[in-house]
Amino acid sequence: MTKLVYFAWVRERIGRGEEELDLPGHVKTAGDLLRHLKTLGEEYEMALEHENVIRVAVNHEHVEHGETIEGAREIALFPPMTGG
Amino acid sequence: MPAGSGIPVVVRIQREDFDTAAETASLCAQHGRIGAVVTFTGLCRDEDGTLAALELEHYPGMAEAEIRRICEEAVERFSLEGIAAIHRFGRMAPGESIVLVIAAAPHRHAAFDGASFVMDYLKTSAPFWKKEHRADGSTGGWVEAKDADDRARAKWRK
Repeated sequence: MTKLVYFAWVRERIGRGEEELDLPGHVKTAGDLLRHLKTLGEEYEMALEHENVIRVAVNHEHVEHGETIEGAREIALFPPMTGG
Repeated sequence: MPAGSGIPVVVRIQREDFDTAAETASLCAQHGRIGAVVTFTGLCRDEDGTLAALELEHYPGMAEAEIRRICEEAVERFSLEGIAAIHRFGRMAPGESIVLVIAAAPHRHAAFDGASFVMDYLKTSAPFWKKEHRADGSTGGWVEAKDADDRARAKWRK
């Protein structure tokens, strides 16, 4: 099981802040994960519709969509950041 | 690297307000090499009276880790003698402080550059998100990231 956490409008659209999911073996990169999640229901489809703007972090570090998520304890999905 | 170098790197994510003078004094205490200190404070605007408050959401754990990575890079790149970054979360009314960055160095250019670098990276990489609450009682939605912030960050690429 992998812990997924969501923030800002990604969290609002999916309807929860975190969950544990059993990811299939073909999900190897951050991009694979986004495409897999979009098959799980319309809330995910709505949240991840504009896939290229979604940022992904693995174990508290930013990753590009082409990077691996193997060995991840916690994966976060969120929109572009607006702090400061 | 700052770890073990004795250069103070202070990073805090907190709900409560901060005291700039006290933080500056604490960062610079007993560091005789410091000749310049730049402090930057980011405040909540009222957007011409339309904004009642900002709600700052953050990713606990990663927010601190990411800002620490940025601060440590700034120490190394600009040979800073101390750096502090304090970012608030929760609800903030116009006029309230959101973020504080203090950069200390032997001379002014490094201190200005250090503070500017940390802010430019923090805006685009630290996991915080602002939601607007309008003065008319409605929720204004999530603040959108600005291209200008990405350009500000890009100018630091070596």
